[in-house]
Amino acid sequence: MKRKGILFWIGAAVFLAATFLMTQVVGNQYPFFAGYVILQFIVLAVAWSILGGYAGYVNFGTSAFFGVGVYTAVFLAKAFGAPLLVQIATAAAIGALMGFALGLLTLRMQGIFFSIATIALTIIIETVITNWRFVGGAAGIQIERPPTTPPFDNYVQMLFFVQALLVVLAVAISRYIQNSWIGRGLQALRDDELAAECTGVPTLRLKLMACVISGALMCAAGAPAAMYLQFANPASAFDLNYSVSALAMSLIGGTAHWSGPIIGAILLSATQQLLTVTISSEVNVLLLGVMLVLFVVGAPEGIIGLVRKIFHSRNEGKE
Amino acid sequence: MDLLLDAVVIGVLLGCFYAAVSIGLSVSFGLLDVPHVAHPAFLVLAAYLVFFINEHYGIDPLVAGLIITPLFFVFGLAAYRLYYETFERRGSDAGVRGIAFFFGVAFIIEVLIILQFGVDQRSVTAAYIGKSWRIGDMRIPYRMLVAFGVAMALTLLLTLYLSKTYMGRAIRAVAQDQEALRLMGANPIRVKQWAFGIATAVLGLAGALLIIVAPIDPTLDRAYIGRTFCVVVMAGLGSMSGTLVAAVILGVAESIVLTMFGASWAPAIAFAMLLGVLAVRPQGLFGRRS
Repeated sequence: MKRKGILFWIGAAVFLAATFLMTQVVGNQYPFFAGYVILQFIVLAVAWSILGGYAGYVNFGTSAFFGVGVYTAVFLAKAFGAPLLVQIATAAAIGALMGFALGLLTLRMQGIFFSIATIALTIIIETVITNWRFVGGAAGIQIERPPTTPPFDNYVQMLFFVQALLVVLAVAISRYIQNSWIGRGLQALRDDELAAECTGVPTLRLKLMACVISGALMCAAGAPAAMYLQFANPASAFDLNYSVSALAMSLIGGTAHWSGPIIGAILLSATQQLLTVTISSEVNVLLLGVMLVLFVVGAPEGIIGLVRKIFHSRNEGKE
Repeated sequence: MDLLLDAVVIGVLLGCFYAAVSIGLSVSFGLLDVPHVAHPAFLVLAAYLVFFINEHYGIDPLVAGLIITPLFFVFGLAAYRLYYETFERRGSDAGVRGIAFFFGVAFIIEVLIILQFGVDQRSVTAAYIGKSWRIGDMRIPYRMLVAFGVAMALTLLLTLYLSKTYMGRAIRAVAQDQEALRLMGANPIRVKQWAFGIATAVLGLAGALLIIVAPIDPTLDRAYIGRTFCVVVMAGLGSMSGTLVAAVILGVAESIVLTMFGASWAPAIAFAMLLGVLAVRPQGLFGRRS
């Protein structure tokens, strides 16, 4: 256990050092543009699985959180010219509040009702933003990037590194949850909420925690997107594609272990980056949908489950 | 005042149309407990098939809707079989994956429509589209009247089917107690599969109405997730007459907000009402369960 922890942090440090080194050495801008998107989806998928994987509450509202993150950044940048870190921190705080509200919803709604409610939340917030003139309304808004700060000589490189930091944060939190009493409690309520409640698991507190953490991470992941695109409009900030992507990546990777969503996110978003460049963006949404359905039907435990199965049968063979 | 009256009349017509597009979900989700998030996607798919038939063969959209109805029935049978084999029978954890499954299917349908028909709005041509009926100062588009008439007929027929026929009663029985039905020597899965087929077949005509009422685009299903689930949940799961009442309430509410505040607020109404119902009265107006 202890040794695994040390290995994990060494891995995280190596990952951060590598991304930082990349911003210093690589001159071509394309890897950062593509890499940023992949990192962003890792954060979203990991955040999704904290609620959807561990607790079993299917959240279709990833795009609501993402969009609120984007528009928090837009508002702060336009109203106060706030720096990036303030934007992300505020977005995380608002995301936590939204997550808290969502957690209260779980009191009365489970299963499909909860999922539908999260779609409802997305559309309602999108409609409110669409009717809010200050942040551009339906037409959207242009955002100017502030000057770049050293040691980065390009703004996208900096965003890339910031998103890498968020990835480490999200994964560390998700890993901590899985290995602690929180994760065990969530798993208990996921298997049978009533039974868990009866045996003394504080289900409401656990659900609220999962919602708050998941929401804060999703909003934080969305905040830098405003500066990344230098433009924001409700239709794309609240695009349901974010919801289906986060969900699909988590389920395809497998939600039984914290590394599942990461594997799913890297695999799918890297393929999508390739497809978007070579074929079309419609085809990559199609791929996402088909992969999701195939995995849900054929390999319910995701890639993690498949790998475990292979190792398991090998071990049995030895004995 | 006139404006408000107009809004209410249009709202009632619109509401009956909403009943027609939701009644299938009232069976599949309300009675059978299938988390059918792809219902609106099936609906939009039906509308596009009607568009295709109308454009290529010049067949009236309603007739086209009838033509694809048997097709959708078979489609529904197959869809339930797949759902049952992969999720319901395995039992554990069917909830999460079942929802994800239908969500994925909805996405696939949406993208396939985009790839085939493009993202532009599509509409059909028929004698009753584009003209209005004048009563005093009020103008009621004929297409709304047609939609109203067909929707009423469809809703009443399905209600009668479920309450008067042998199979209809079996469907309601399986919703109440599947085990009891098994003990009586009937096969509950066959009954459920049949019910799901009916629920999907209704979408043939409902899809025709969808494209008669207004032009369609591939992502329309997202708005209808809110409308159909709002109607079914507000009605109380599985209540057919409740579906009609709930749909009219939604139609009138949408129509009034549209007149008072403008179209940009319209998408949120159904979702807001849905959230409200879920939070305050989850069993709906005429709920079968407490």
